[in-house]
Amino acid sequence: MGVSSKLGNLGVVTTTLDQAINWARTGAMWPLLFGLACCAIEYMASQASSYDLSRFGMELNRATPRQADLLIVSGRLTRKMAPVIRQLYDQMAEPKWVISMGDCASCGGVYNNYAIVQGVDEIIPVDVYVAGCPPRPEQLLHGILTLHEKIKGERINDWA
Amino acid sequence: MVVAEQTRTIEEQRTWEGSLAELQGLVSERAMTGETMLLNMGPHHPSTHGVLRLLLELDGEEIVTCLPDIGFLHTGIEKSIEDKSFEKALPLTDRMDYLSPMSNNMAYASAVEKLIDLDVPERAQIIRVICLELARCASHLVWLGTHAIDMGAMSVLLYAFRERERILGMFEQLSGQRMMSSYIRPGGVWRDVPDVFLPTLKQFLSDFPAKVDDYEALLTQNPIWKDRGFGVGVIEPDVALAYGLTGPSLRGSGVNWDLRKAQPYSGYETYDFNVPLGEHGDVYDRYLIRIHEFRESIKILNQAVARLEKTKGPFRSENRKFVPPLRSELGTSMEAVIHHFKLWTYGYDAPDEEIYNAIESPRGEIGCYIHGTGSNKPRRVHFKTPSFIHISALPVMSKGYLLADMVAIIGSVDIVLGDCDR
Amino acid sequence: MEIPAPKDPVEAVKEAFGDAVLHIKEFRGETTIVVQPERVPDVLDFLRVTSGLVYNSLSDISAVDYYPNDYGDAFDGEDGNYRPERYGVSYHILSMLYNRRLRVKAFATDEDPVIPTATGIWPSASWLEREIADMMGVKFEAHPDARRLLMPDDWDGHPHRRDYPLGKETVAFSFNIEEISKHKPFAKD
Repeated sequence: MGVSSKLGNLGVVTTTLDQAINWARTGAMWPLLFGLACCAIEYMASQASSYDLSRFGMELNRATPRQADLLIVSGRLTRKMAPVIRQLYDQMAEPKWVISMGDCASCGGVYNNYAIVQGVDEIIPVDVYVAGCPPRPEQLLHGILTLHEKIKGERINDWA
Repeated sequence: MVVAEQTRTIEEQRTWEGSLAELQGLVSERAMTGETMLLNMGPHHPSTHGVLRLLLELDGEEIVTCLPDIGFLHTGIEKSIEDKSFEKALPLTDRMDYLSPMSNNMAYASAVEKLIDLDVPERAQIIRVICLELARCASHLVWLGTHAIDMGAMSVLLYAFRERERILGMFEQLSGQRMMSSYIRPGGVWRDVPDVFLPTLKQFLSDFPAKVDDYEALLTQNPIWKDRGFGVGVIEPDVALAYGLTGPSLRGSGVNWDLRKAQPYSGYETYDFNVPLGEHGDVYDRYLIRIHEFRESIKILNQAVARLEKTKGPFRSENRKFVPPLRSELGTSMEAVIHHFKLWTYGYDAPDEEIYNAIESPRGEIGCYIHGTGSNKPRRVHFKTPSFIHISALPVMSKGYLLADMVAIIGSVDIVLGDCDR
Repeated sequence: MEIPAPKDPVEAVKEAFGDAVLHIKEFRGETTIVVQPERVPDVLDFLRVTSGLVYNSLSDISAVDYYPNDYGDAFDGEDGNYRPERYGVSYHILSMLYNRRLRVKAFATDEDPVIPTATGIWPSASWLEREIADMMGVKFEAHPDARRLLMPDDWDGHPHRRDYPLGKETVAFSFNIEEISKHKPFAKD
């Protein structure tokens, strides 16, 4: 459907279009300015000058989910906060990706109790999980680069 | 399986079926008629320093009242600690006030020491003072960066985090972890300082005063900063005491109360330092106090470093009933193996009594109330955290000021939602 | 200015309130005065305004749950432990003038745990009491704002009680991961 049917089966052109689109998407992915707990401080540290995220095009943290591409869930998600994060995810426009940063967001972390959602993937679908408590900035950068690799493997035929 | 489950789905939870009548008595009568506007400064907001929801009642641009709604980061740390022995519960306390984890460790560890009556050797006390003052500097650096960026001064964030990276590097040398170090434990510290630590710290202490002067050069005489800070968020000293404020927020109003001077712990009475006091109780005074606290921390650190080089001795209490032995002893001593086994599988018994112990964290007074059971797990651990009290005082601090001042006031009070919600 | 000499808080409270004082305890240098729950605001106000005592600051209000068997007639603990009811609420107050702390404790019953509020004395008690009402279920009479504080508004139960489960999810190993994943709500989209 969509693009490839209009272009016909022009094999060479479609592949280069894939690469171009994916290059554009990974080149400037704007994260949502969203931090829950301790991992948010390490996210701020990776945004700051020592482990600069601007070199990946992620300098602009958009406060509004309408303009953001990437939701980095940094910190523990409580049951009270769960509907809020679902609403933020729903308000984000396609294409959107989710990185679950830290142990609490990935699997509940140190906390196995009544208040913490055991893994944010119970609420929103996650693309990349980054382990650590909190993950070092280098670990988060590895997670972001893994997401870039994942995006570069996407094909138009899958989503168009 | 999860025992405590929500009965409503996520979609159902997103719609608020309540009515304005629920807020009767909490907001003024003018909100009920619609004369003033109710604005939600939601849990997701760039300036609320965490997941804090404020329901603001606005008369145009002026704040009539604000209702804080917390609990979006409530982790159940206190109940989780009841399930663990005293030593194993320590890493959970790191994650409350996540800007200065060492202070939380210290509050918990010194409370446990008071309960079980454990000694702390002198070298351990000096190392603890170094860790606590470095944690104070690290926390104030994040405060400075985020407060400045909320007010529009973006470059200060980058400068502050550059210094903070050096402090986190030192924490990593001590404990292996940048932030959640769990380094300060009941009886002392986890291990002795490595050889590379003191030269790094001395290098940092020789560079840092110039950096603090840089921050002051950018902000203190800045007309925009002064306009946004003078006379904003003023709180009188008696009102501050009634609302339970502590730490720099209380000292900004002129009340000379610092637990490091009044009820010293870990050898603070032997260090020579001053406590900065404000005069007007506004945002600018609280900013200046924390800048001066940088300088006082540098003074304390210099004295502590000189003392650490001269003091030899154990880095943790040698009372093997409560403190596990070094791993190097396990190969040679049978008693060490027995103590190691017992302490790491069962823990130690604490008396069936209650105590309350408070220390001065970068935010204010953090108090730890522990009630033991007579066995290895506590009956109840309660943390009285400064951010909890300060957020409850936000309505009185922000009444009558403009909406833009709300951001300044939240920043100046230095709240951390992990500290508030636990 | 002449500062009056500090008075002994235990003697002063016993003299002013007589039989409202139920028990005195000293441990690790801390003094605890156990009073009847109805008289708690009066005792706190007396300690705050009386010259020689001046406990001007409320540090903390904590609640303990002595369930299942550490309270009431069934409790046959040592002489020094006095626990008539299930919930113990401790008010930690601080005198900045005389630089000393004190604990005032009251016990609330299991069937109907109610204590009059201290919000009129210190406004900071408002949120501390709200948290206890939310998490431990001890109600405070005449509290200006009795909504839930930390838990969501429609939550059932009081998590800090000892009979409330911690709510653990079964730890996943390779032999039970499929069973757990069948019941776990994964978001597909």
